[in-house]
This record gives sequence, structure tokens and C-alpha cells, in this order.
Amino acid sequence: MKPEAIKSILATDCGSTTTKAILIEKQGDEYRLVVRGEAPTTVEAPFEDVTKGVLNAAKEVEELCGRQLLEGDHIITPQQGDKGVDIYISTSSAGGGLQMVVSGIVKAMSAESAERAALGAGAIVMDVLASNDGRLPHQKIQRIRHLRPDMILLSGGTDNGNIKGVVEMSELLKAASPKPRLGISYKLPVIFAGNQKANAEIEKNLKDVTDLSIVPNLRPVLERENLGPARDKIHDLFMEHVMAQAPGYKKLMAMTDAPIMPTPGAVGEIMQVIARKEDITVLGVDIGGATTDVFSVFKDLEKGKPVFNRTVSANLGMSYSISNVLASATLPNILRWVPFEIDEVDLRNRIGNKMIRPTTIPQSLEELKIEQAIAREALRLSFIQHKEFAVGLKGVQKERTISDAFDQSASGETLVNMMDLDILVGSGGVLSHAPRRHQSARMMIDAFLPEGITQLAVDSIFMMPQLGVLSVVHVKAAAEVFKKDCLLRLGTCIAPVGPIKPGKEYMRINFTLPDGRVVDKAYTLGDMELFKAPYEAIEAEITPARGVDVGAGTGQVVKTKIYGGLVGIIIDARGRRPFVLPENPAERVAKLQEWSKSVNEFEDK
Amino acid sequence: MAHAYTPGLKVIKKTVVQKIRRLPLIGEVVVKKGDKVKAEDVVATTNLPGNVIPVNLANMLNIDSSEIPDLLIKQVGDSLNKGDLIAETSGIFGLFKTKAISPATGTLESVSKITGQAIIREAPIPVSVQAYIGGEITDIIENEGVEVSTAASFIQGIFGIGGECRGIIKILTQDTTTPITADMITEDDKDKVLVGGSFLSLEAFKKAEKVGAIAVVVGGFNYSDIKSIVGYDIGVAITGQEEIGTTLIITEGFGEVGMADLTFDLLKSHEGKMASVNGATQIRAGVIRPEIIIPLDGKTKIDESKAELFGMDIGAEVRVIRSPYFGMLGEVTDLPHELKRLESGSLARVAKVRLYDSKKEVLLPRANLEMIEKK
Repeated sequence: MKPEAIKSILATDCGSTTTKAILIEKQGDEYRLVVRGEAPTTVEAPFEDVTKGVLNAAKEVEELCGRQLLEGDHIITPQQGDKGVDIYISTSSAGGGLQMVVSGIVKAMSAESAERAALGAGAIVMDVLASNDGRLPHQKIQRIRHLRPDMILLSGGTDNGNIKGVVEMSELLKAASPKPRLGISYKLPVIFAGNQKANAEIEKNLKDVTDLSIVPNLRPVLERENLGPARDKIHDLFMEHVMAQAPGYKKLMAMTDAPIMPTPGAVGEIMQVIARKEDITVLGVDIGGATTDVFSVFKDLEKGKPVFNRTVSANLGMSYSISNVLASATLPNILRWVPFEIDEVDLRNRIGNKMIRPTTIPQSLEELKIEQAIAREALRLSFIQHKEFAVGLKGVQKERTISDAFDQSASGETLVNMMDLDILVGSGGVLSHAPRRHQSARMMIDAFLPEGITQLAVDSIFMMPQLGVLSVVHVKAAAEVFKKDCLLRLGTCIAPVGPIKPGKEYMRINFTLPDGRVVDKAYTLGDMELFKAPYEAIEAEITPARGVDVGAGTGQVVKTKIYGGLVGIIIDARGRRPFVLPENPAERVAKLQEWSKSVNEFEDK
Repeated sequence: MAHAYTPGLKVIKKTVVQKIRRLPLIGEVVVKKGDKVKAEDVVATTNLPGNVIPVNLANMLNIDSSEIPDLLIKQVGDSLNKGDLIAETSGIFGLFKTKAISPATGTLESVSKITGQAIIREAPIPVSVQAYIGGEITDIIENEGVEVSTAASFIQGIFGIGGECRGIIKILTQDTTTPITADMITEDDKDKVLVGGSFLSLEAFKKAEKVGAIAVVVGGFNYSDIKSIVGYDIGVAITGQEEIGTTLIITEGFGEVGMADLTFDLLKSHEGKMASVNGATQIRAGVIRPEIIIPLDGKTKIDESKAELFGMDIGAEVRVIRSPYFGMLGEVTDLPHELKRLESGSLARVAKVRLYDSKKEVLLPRANLEMIEKK
């Protein structure tokens, strides 16, 4: 069916616990979300058939939209009169998603490229092995045996270069004889995307003990990355092997009109579509119960090309992994966001209890504040991991010089530049379902510390995965629904960057709100203020102090359009580089309470 | 709308417990369907491939990898003892030979002329799986394992650490609300499964470990003390592999929380009997909870009907699993259809619950209630 002929779309996302379905229909010339339904995912016993959850979620959509979509156990496609939908598509992260081990020769080069390919395809990377990773060969073998991944990506060596390193790695892999996570009766899929001169030796070592696929080198020459073929192969094998092992997926694959995508891969797709269409830089985060994904599209300063990066922090999340946030962030870092005094043992017990009963929700305001304090740290840590990873080679077919190739960290600094960021998008339960959108805005600001002028948004009901897979088959529909129904504009954060002495003027802001109120105000270090304003363009003039930057360079005045939203315009003069919270607990609590009040975090003034 | 409540932990007086006992790799099942087994009987065995030791012969001999095949003393497939000569250079006029010595005992599995790497595989590691519970073999999974079934009382905890073990049940406290203190534990508690009320201090756990108690089952424990036992923070609730002397099972949660009466009473009724205990916990899709299985005598009649999992209904007995009423029991008196605003500001599906202790009726999010499943 031609894209322009598509009038209705049903899209599902099969998560670990819930299957979410959305119905999109063409209304006049544009595509809009009609309804959303959900049902428990049915991968586990006693059902062990993912399609049951899909049909239940579709059933709820059917009831809500008031027209027939199902006939017995199948979705009616294409639409016939008032019945059915034109296409049905799905994403999946059920059963723990796609878990991979990647390997290369040099940790900062081929291994990092392999990791990027796997992450870009939507995988969780369990470990990165490299000849120079500091582990002895027998330790690597033990590690491979212990991990039981869904798939291994082996890379290394430039084409026609020395084959020794990569063949050595294949020997270790052969000796480890790795077993796949799901089922013990099939061979583990291994993708080789390294020096093509080594193909014959790799085949000799791995053909019999693994299910080997050979694709073009992901780093054919030192200064060029070619991640596409490896990434596509990961998607194919995910469908053929991993998905096929999960209960009911063969049936689901037969039901869909496009290949099923891993959920994070789909979210990455939609982020890229939006960045491309609007020519903006985007930083997105999806904070879940077990993992937190960070996506970014920043411009390569040298070439002006958008560069996509994705990281997954596999053990930073708000329920299953909440205790790991505590372990990684440490208690003092969580406590610094809690706006009241609390006993440390009690706090640890509360966090432990959320881990063992992950589906519970905060009933009291105090519990909510604790969860949101932990969320800030989970987001902050995930973002640190993202910044550390988004370095060096950047996405597909990125050209770079040999000197850059040896200097990964220096080139990395230029990638995630918060001052260049246009929009920060949050999704996942704690951000999408916060009782007040003001809280979502505060959590994102505190965790990511946006600099200069940055728009804030959240995914209204977490439908980015479905829109991601839709963007592959129908870009227009995906982009329209994303803009109109998915993205909730919260407003804009204005944060000056640079050191300033307390009490001195940090910046001055001048703008006229749509209701006619004129704002002409100076701010000092530590100030925070909210102006209610709708999502409309507002001409603003921002004058930073000497040595302070709000986007045009230190001391330079910025004249630009800013936008309000469901929250409004947030002035955050608490400082950047450095951002410092008071050390003294009583002072810190007082400050946190003051900032909460100033942005109406918990109730309207 | 998805049901937003936790089905609850199983506390069942009489049931048929079926346990799959599976090998990590394909192997041999050594029992037959219908065999009666004791908990400690081996039901399946296999050999894990031995550890692998790579040695780079080219580096050891300081030669090019392609020359290796001509210099091998031992061939691929040969057995090796630690210290055996694997390869040596011809030297100069037969003198000054460089030798590559085997660092381990095993078999020479492969030698690469590309990388110069030799792989020595040590002897296979035998692995066996025990029945874990006394009972009957009710199914055989060819080359992989068996299903063992037995009539038993079955109790699940909420979180545990430490693996499978067996011991005689001993009750330490009079009631569900009394904490276990170190002075309650004595030398007589060696190999026992100790059961107590609301809390176990770190000091008391250490004492249990010192006297050689096989396991402790208790209502609550401090999360921060887990690190003192296992040596690291448990960030994700996947446990069971910890190498600790005493398995710990928490039935209610972290902090001081009285053990549910149902759990305590059932354990008390089995005081002096042998129990199979496993602390392994996995809180993920396909959740695994720690368990206590007390096999019943063979003549016990079992009601084979499975406990049905209904949605939450008026009159259902529930336990609150999050503060502010954490640990309290009550009865559902109303299930309003519309979403209600909680103190936190969130809109949620709620249930009206009459708490047994205070007789107070409170509105609680259904997600924070656990059905009490009993039979």
C-alpha cells in the first residue's frame, strides 16, 4: 500500500510489563492520534504468547474508538469500510530486550565503533571486549561464557590490514563456546564486521560453533566508520533468532506489516526524524523501571551534519534498578535533592522496598519527593555515561582525520554541547506521569543542567516507540502525530553559564508576555523564577554579565524568540559551570524549598 | 485497563510443589519417571567444559606464528601435564633452544599459525543437580533434567540472599511483632532454619552465621545491612549466588515489619520438621521469589484445584506494601471506578480498605496493595 493511501494505523509497543497500542487516523490532511489502549504483556507463563497481550491492548483500542479492529484472533488489515486498519506495526522490548556483547581490537577504536553499532540498533551492550582492555585472555573467555548474550558482534582491523588481532579474538570466542540466553538448543548468532581479509580464518574458527554472519567492515579504514551493514544485520538477526525464540513472536511477526523493531531503536529513529525535519539539536531521555536510554542529535561542528548517538544505562531505572541508582550515585548525592531531613537507614529501606515491589507508587507527597530526588540522580548518571560515549567517530560514514582517530576524547568534547541544545525531551513514567508538569521540568533541568536557552518537552503518553517504527514506513504520519499529540511543550529554560560572585547581577532579561505583562528584570546567582506563558513565540532580549554566556558568547546580548508551554518560562540563575548546592543540610533544604516554590513545583502560588 | 495490583506471595498450607531441576548444559539424567527421591539425591549430571588457558607460543618462542606447526612437540588433541614441553625452537646447532612449557594440565585443543596462540583445555568439571525436595520424579526432560513433585506446605518470601539449603525449622519468637535478637540464638541452632517476627539485626544475623544456622526467615531486615553480609551493594534484585553461610529470607520487606500472621502460623505449625529453603530472588519479568518448602507426609490429601487469581474484589483480604501503612492488613470495602487524587497529587485507581489494626477506612492506590493468596 502506498503511504499516501494509508488512512489508519495501529501500532503497538510490547514492553516488559505492559503492551501499549495506539490508533492513528487521517483526519482531513493530517494524521492524528485517536485513542490509546494497554494490557499486560503476555510473554511469561501462564500465557507465553505475546500476541495475547497485543490483542488485549487492541481490544481496548477497539472499545475506546467504537469501531471493529479485530476479527477473532487477528487484526483486520487493510481497512474495509469502517472495519480494521490499513497497517499494523510493532516494537518490542519484552523479555529483557536485545542483549549483546561486542568486541574489537582497540578499545577506543574498533570496539567503540562496534558498541556504537549495537547501541544504534537498540541493543543493551553487556560488555565490550578488546585486545587492549586490560583483561587476560582467560578472563575474557570466562566473561564470554558467563554472560550468555543474545548475539555477539565481532569487529577489528582495517580492511587488508593485519588479521592477527581479530583472528585471535575469534579463537577466544571459539574456546569460550558461548551459549545464547534463550534456549540451549540453537547456536549463538555472531556477526563479523571486521577486516575482510580475515573472513576465511574467522569462518574456519566460528562457522561450526556459532551461527556466523559476515558483513562489511564497520571500520574499513581508520578514519571512516560504516555502521549501517552491521546495524541492519543486528536487526535481521534480532527478528530471525532472538524474537523467534520468545513466546508468540513468530505469530506476531506474521501479523505486522513491517519488521518489528527493538523499542530503543525505534525511539532513536523518531528522534532523528524530528531533528532532521526541524533542523534542530535534540537530547532525549527515556527513564524506565530497569534502564534509562539517552538519545542525542547534535551537529558535527566541523561539517554541520547532524550526528545521532544513543546510550543505554542498563542498570539505572526507577523500580527494578532503583537500588543500583543508590549504589552508583551514593546516598549523599540523592539526599542533596530531598527537600526535608530524613533518616539515612529509613531512606535506604524505602529504596530497597521499591526495588522488591517495583509496581508500587508513591502515595504521600514525601514519598513522591524521594522518588523524584532519585530520578534526578538516575538521569544525571545516565547523561554522564552518554557524554562519555558520544565522542570520537560520529554515526554512519563519518569522515575524520587520522590524528582525530587517535584523539577520541578531544573530539568528544565537541559533541554534546549543552549550549547548542535546542530541545530537551523527557519520557518514561517518572517524567511522563509526574502529577505536575512543573516537576518534570525541574527534574530534567536539575539532572541535565541545560545551558543558555533550551526548550523543554515531555512525551505525553510515551508513544515515541510506536512513532519510531511508524517513521520507517510513513515519515509524514509519524512526524505529524509526534508534533501534535506526542510532544507536550513545557516551556523554555534560560540558564546563564559562567562564574559570578554572589549578589552581583548575573543577567538581565527583557520580554513582553502574550498577556501584555512586561518583564524587565535582573537576576543574581541562586535565583529561580517562573513566568506562566503559553507556547507562543515571545521576543526576548537577554543580557549576561561580563564573562557570562547565554548562547552568543561571554558577555554577548542574545535577542531571540523564546516559547512558553504548559509550565512556562523558567529562569534558572542557580549557576552553571559550576552548579553548586549548599553543603550545609539546613541551608540546602531551605534552598530546595525556595526553588520549589518559585517554580510552583508542588502547588500553584 | 490493566490490573494494577500485585498478586501476592504464596502462603499455602497444602499443595503439590513441582520443581524443575535442570542442568546448565546437556548431560545425563540418572533417575526414571516414578522414582522416589530424597532431597539430597542426584538426579542429573554433566561435565562443564574445562577452563581454557590460551598461551601464545609465537611470543614464548620469539618466532613468527607461521613457523609454529614445524616446532610443535605436542600435537593438537594430545594430553598435557603442567610443565610439559609444547614446542621448542631448533636453536643454534641444537643448542640455545627456546622452550614453550605448558602452564596447566589438560588437552592441547588448538594451535593457530595466524596468531601463534595455543589453547589448552583443562579437564571437564563435573556438575550434578540434586532433587532439592524429597518426592517423586514426575517428568523427565531428556538430557536436561527432571521434574520433582511432592505434597508440601509452600511459603514465599519477598526477598532473599543465599542459595538452596535444608534444615529443621525452629521458631525463635513468640509472635510476629517481636524482633530476633542475638541472644535468642544459641549453639543448638546449628543446621536449623530459624524463624522470627519483625526484624533481624545485623548482629543477630552474624550470630546465626557463627553458630551455623542454615537459614533465617524473618519479617524485615535493614537494606543497608545487606552490604555488610555480601560485601557489596545489591543494586538489582537478582540473588541466590551469594557465598554466605546462612541463607536469609525476608518475608515482608526492608525495615522493621511484622511477619504476616499467615506465614508465621504456618511455619510455627511445622516447627521441628525438615524444610528446603532457597533465597534466590529475581525481580524481573518472570519473577522468582525466595521459598520455604516443607514436604508433607505421603498420606496427606491435597486439594488439587489451583488457587484462582481473581481481580481484586470487595471483601478481598489485602496487605499494604508501601508506606504510609506499609505491612498492615485489611479488607477491601469499596473499589471506586473513577481515578482519585492521592496526597502526592497523582491520579490513581484506588481501593477503600478497612485496616484490621485501627479499624480505620483508608483510600489506597491499588498498586500498593497485595492480595493475600491462601488455600
